Amino acid sequence: MNQANLDNKTNADPKTNLDRREFLTKSSIGLAGLAIAPGMITNKVRWGMLIDNNQCETGCNDCVTACNTENGLAPATKPTDAQWIRKVQLRDTLTDRVSSLPMMCQHCEHPPCVDVCPTQASFKRADGIVLVDKHICIGCRYCVMACPYQARSFVHEVLTDQKTEVPRGKGTVESCTLCVHRVDKGETTACAEACSKAGHNAILFGDLNDPESAIAKRIRSVASTQIRADLGLNTGVRYEGI
Amino acid sequence: MKMAIRLTAILFSVMIAATASAADKPHSIPLDIGKGGKCVEEPMEMRKIHMNLLKHQRDETMHKGIRGQKHSLADCVECHAGKETNNVLGSDKAFCQGCHTYAAVKLDCFECHTSKRKVPAEARK
Amino acid sequence: MSSTSFSRNESRYFYALAALGLFIVFLGYLGMHQMEEHGHIVSGMNNQIVWGLPHVFAIFMIVAASGVLNIGSIGTVFGQAPYKIRTPLAAIIAVGLLAGGLAVLMLDLGRPDRIIIAATYFNPTSVFAWNIFLYSGFFGLAVVYLWTSMEKRMYVWSKPVGLAMFAWRVILTSGTGLIFAFLVVRQAYASALLPPMFIVLSFAWGMAVFLLVQAAMFAWNNKILDPAILKRMKNLLGLFVISSLYLVAAYHMTNLYFAKQTGFELFILRDGGIYPMMFWGGYILIGSLIPAALIYTPGLGGTKSVVTASALVVFGSFALLYVFIIGGQAYPLSIFPGYEVSSSFGDGQIAKYIPSLPEALLGFGGLAIAYLITLIGTRVFNTMPHDAAVVAAKNDA
Repeated sequence: MNQANLDNKTNADPKTNLDRREFLTKSSIGLAGLAIAPGMITNKVRWGMLIDNNQCETGCNDCVTACNTENGLAPATKPTDAQWIRKVQLRDTLTDRVSSLPMMCQHCEHPPCVDVCPTQASFKRADGIVLVDKHICIGCRYCVMACPYQARSFVHEVLTDQKTEVPRGKGTVESCTLCVHRVDKGETTACAEACSKAGHNAILFGDLNDPESAIAKRIRSVASTQIRADLGLNTGVRYEGI
Repeated sequence: MKMAIRLTAILFSVMIAATASAADKPHSIPLDIGKGGKCVEEPMEMRKIHMNLLKHQRDETMHKGIRGQKHSLADCVECHAGKETNNVLGSDKAFCQGCHTYAAVKLDCFECHTSKRKVPAEARK
Repeated sequence: MSSTSFSRNESRYFYALAALGLFIVFLGYLGMHQMEEHGHIVSGMNNQIVWGLPHVFAIFMIVAASGVLNIGSIGTVFGQAPYKIRTPLAAIIAVGLLAGGLAVLMLDLGRPDRIIIAATYFNPTSVFAWNIFLYSGFFGLAVVYLWTSMEKRMYVWSKPVGLAMFAWRVILTSGTGLIFAFLVVRQAYASALLPPMFIVLSFAWGMAVFLLVQAAMFAWNNKILDPAILKRMKNLLGLFVISSLYLVAAYHMTNLYFAKQTGFELFILRDGGIYPMMFWGGYILIGSLIPAALIYTPGLGGTKSVVTASALVVFGSFALLYVFIIGGQAYPLSIFPGYEVSSSFGDGQIAKYIPSLPEALLGFGGLAIAYLITLIGTRVFNTMPHDAAVVAAKNDA
């Protein structure tokens, strides 16, 4: 008898629904006034980054350190350790020019990882951020095979002491989330913040779709390129100076 | 035949006794529930449907970026982590682990999510 | 004397063989348990070599499963009597191999406990997701195939079911090839030749496995395979081995022809240490040329030569898959063409991979599952090919 009552309650659950409706209304009202409304994502926004290879200092690792701290990653020492962002040293084989740049998930418009994922755990949010839904990731690593940028890592070990905002766990695949938990609060990414703090300003984060944003203005005026543009993935992360 | 009836009778009486004792003390596990009482929903309701609420919230947050809603796992941990341990796992007295061990239900949240309170209870006072 | 009546000694022999299989399955369980408990850190795999030894075993078994049923197809679809009576045996081996291969593939997942998600969440653009569907269909169809080939009343259905099975096999093996062929950014894999290559490889590997099982069954029952049938089957194995060589050569030649793949080809065929060694020594010499010689050299080609050749083909298949899967990942991605690159994450470097015991045990455990299913299947069902009638009919004609 008691059981039946409880079940009734579960099914009805009018309170939760109401709250949710209330919330949605509130936040969409908020959206009208704010460029970035925390809590509601839309495909009108496309988050991206512009990385200036000329400003990026060889030897500086601040973006990597900041990413590790923000997302609770231990500094990588083994080939089994996860790396969400890494510094790549480049030498042009024809001109001998040496430079370096940070490499991470490029948040493609047409992400190969999303295409190949058997369970739809790899997905792209409306605002262009490519994520892994670790609740349904079975750890097959097909996405790691498919990523043209070597941007994904597989968690090989049991993890403890994860950050509250950044769940990570053994047996699932992960990669740069474009600091989604910060972006949803209207903040910038940890790597971009660290790069500015170091005085290099090589990473510019913003909305590629907003013509008034700093990043949109810059890519309109300066030559920038996508890595492996030949693949036609339309990456959200662009580079200038390479 | 007589033997079988007798055995069946014994079996039934043992079963009834077992059921009765289970009914007498439904919540016999001493839990360190952190901040107790009614939280986001009625306790009885939470016991039954917290997993549904969490799953709903998880998909909203994951795919739609809706954060700060009331049924968030982080908030569960925030309130219900042990007063001393700041953890919802770690012992059979801990809020999540205690009940899940008692009910023999696999608990998969904390393979990835942290089971620890962000700000220790002492620091918050 | 019927081949299904076993003497006490044979029975004892059967239980000993089954115990051996169970023991290896148990070892596989131990390996799997290590990987499940500690994560893939106990395997040799890492963030560069994400698919390792378990995948070599799994893909061998899945491809060979499809190939074994080629025996059935030749019989039921193309009407060759000596092959038709081998359909039940082929179907049982195929079910066993697929079960073993899938077991390894699933237990190697990061979260094998969530395998049900593969059925509840389906991504139509994923070749992996298609394959999950193709594999389950294969199981069902193979069981129906077994039924139509053993139950007299169902014989009328054996041709249409055989035809469906044939089509399903071709699609399934193409699907396995496509898992790799769709990885357009990996120089080792982005090739339209992979699906046909896998199909022809499956013919060779399946034939080799079948000949091994058949030889064991004949030896067990103190029977001798009719020389004419042996000759037909070994010649077919030879043909498949040579066709495989042709497609593997074509795959590498086309890669060499594309200027930007040359670096990869030089690595895998010349400079890559273990990989060229396994390719030339393991696959080309031991796995193809020696078997072909054993089959075709005048004076050879008896039961012993054919069994040796089959075993070598299986060995060669593992060598080829090791080079293909692990060597293919060891060569770095070309993210910045025209630049020399280095990083903390393996950019521009050849990745290292050393197989570990747990993953090897998992692989062998899968083989043992295939072996056990075949062993039990051949005992429970009357799958012994009775060639007398076929041979007699031929002599009469």
